[in-house]
Amino acid sequence: MMKRKALVIGHKTLQEVTEDIVAPVETMPGKGWISLFLSAKLLFLFYIITIAIVVSTGMGLLGVNHPVGWGTMIVTFVFWIGIGHAGTLISAILFLFRQKWRTSVARTAEAMTVFAVMTAGIFPLIHTGRPWLDYWLFPYPNQRGPLWTNFRSPLLWDVFAVSTYATVSMVFWYIGLVPDFATIRDRARHKIRRKVYGALSLGWRGRARDWSHYEMLYLLLAGLSTPLVLSVHTIVSFDFAVSNVPGWHTTIFPPYFVAGAIFSGFGMVVTLMTLVRIGFPKFKDYITIDHMEVMNKIIMATGMMVGYAYACEFFIAWYSGNMYEKFTFINRAFGPYSWAYWIMVSCNVLIPQIFWFKKLRRSIPIMFAVSIFVNIGMWFERFVITVTSLHRDFLPANWGNYAWSNYDAAILFGSFGMFLTLFLLYLRLFPAISIAEIKPVIHVGQEDCRKPDQKVDHKGGH
Amino acid sequence: MGGSKTGMAAIFLTEAQVLVAAKKTHDMGFVKYDAITPYPVHGMEEACALKRSWIPYVTFGAGFCGLSLALWFTWWTSAVNWAINVGGKPFFSLPAFVPIMFELTVLFAALSSVVALFYAAGLPRINPPILDKDLTCHKFAIFIPSDDVGYDEKKIEAMFRALGASEVKKAEF
Repeated sequence: MMKRKALVIGHKTLQEVTEDIVAPVETMPGKGWISLFLSAKLLFLFYIITIAIVVSTGMGLLGVNHPVGWGTMIVTFVFWIGIGHAGTLISAILFLFRQKWRTSVARTAEAMTVFAVMTAGIFPLIHTGRPWLDYWLFPYPNQRGPLWTNFRSPLLWDVFAVSTYATVSMVFWYIGLVPDFATIRDRARHKIRRKVYGALSLGWRGRARDWSHYEMLYLLLAGLSTPLVLSVHTIVSFDFAVSNVPGWHTTIFPPYFVAGAIFSGFGMVVTLMTLVRIGFPKFKDYITIDHMEVMNKIIMATGMMVGYAYACEFFIAWYSGNMYEKFTFINRAFGPYSWAYWIMVSCNVLIPQIFWFKKLRRSIPIMFAVSIFVNIGMWFERFVITVTSLHRDFLPANWGNYAWSNYDAAILFGSFGMFLTLFLLYLRLFPAISIAEIKPVIHVGQEDCRKPDQKVDHKGGH
Repeated sequence: MGGSKTGMAAIFLTEAQVLVAAKKTHDMGFVKYDAITPYPVHGMEEACALKRSWIPYVTFGAGFCGLSLALWFTWWTSAVNWAINVGGKPFFSLPAFVPIMFELTVLFAALSSVVALFYAAGLPRINPPILDKDLTCHKFAIFIPSDDVGYDEKKIEAMFRALGASEVKKAEF
């Protein structure tokens, strides 16, 4: 029989678990956090100013034009939405599969989801060009007929998919936080802290019947989030696939996009978790090297799925016998944007292959570097899909390049400021590991230390 | 919801003790008692003989409402209220409406289930009575309200002591 490794290192008592996890909330931040936060905040302000300039001056500041009508806004929107997917995979899908290792990373991965979706949501709103009219995206009774939204359009499906996803993942995250807020409330020595966390905890008391309903709700939300997360990137891929543009019009897009989203999301989870482990050394007992290894395995597996999709697209371009399709793919790999294509292939397919070696997938500096490459590669994947398919159309008269401007770069980098500001605040204000969820599993893999009357059969799960 | 009740509370230090205590309290014939734990304890539902949560029925009903509403709304706006010919497609193009129907099903089901939890657990509640501040950290408790069947403080205290309670007190919860 395979012996399972301890999920939590160090034979902790329940009280130690609470103290370790709430320590960042209850202590003053150090120099490292403050300098990171100030830098992120500065980048966020820069982002806000860039958006203000772009919105007040007009979309002409960005590189989109004929024939490349979709640019940074759509590319970066898909990038951030994709990042969110790993959080839901960890918190919902791995919960349904009873993967106990997910417990210690689920909270932070979900926070990443919520912030990534918030960051993503801004892009299509600006992309419309007149963001002050964005309420037109929703079907509401109006005096123009009433003229309703076109429910046959994938772009409208996206409005519904992304807003539902944002709402449900926020609710799922918050429900998970409620008992932990109660823990902080009951420990609080300062009156204001007790009041604030008391309000956030909604007056949670942890009675047996509360827990019974709570666990059922958690299971239901996991069950609802699972098809939801798959639907979101499927519908995002429909934005492309339900058009006639060669390079977009393919049936492989939904699974290819979902695999890519999970791949990129795990890249971001590993990036953030390596930093969290450095910032809060106590968390190394909960987010162990074994957890990081499992995530690296998922990165490698989904990286290969993405690689398979790249190959499959090429095969179908040839096999379909469609000359436009064939041209698009040859042009993608050897045309003016071949540099972007090969950055994508090397970052997404080749570099994660080093995780075949156990030593490398258990090395923190290596996995950090790989996760950065994955993030870069996945941004370029969306760039390749969006820009290379558009820049050479059916007619050579419609050929042209994407006029990337400084504003494109500013908006792309600025969005990281928004994401990191929110994430850094989260690390200091919310318990970054689920206290109530980790406590029942602290003994997993440590059977020897259990008292005989506490032995639980872990093979069946609960 | 509502106000708090007075009764007898016992604090336990281990999960195993509180499970035994909950079972024993149930076997003694008490019905209105509460077991308070910092995390969901495996086997507690059986020990307290709690029925399976009814929230899934809410989820199903709300999901069904979301589905029907989306179907009706896409049909009414696209085929009835102001039908617009988009690329010669049928006014009522059901397959194209499936994504909207799916999303609204999930949205309604998820939000209604959360509201159901709020109702079931009496949330939100301002200043909830707290027996011991460690009950959300590392201690466990059983609380028997004074209006429960066969409530007798001396008997209950003796029972709790025999079960290994670290503290037995008269309290409000």
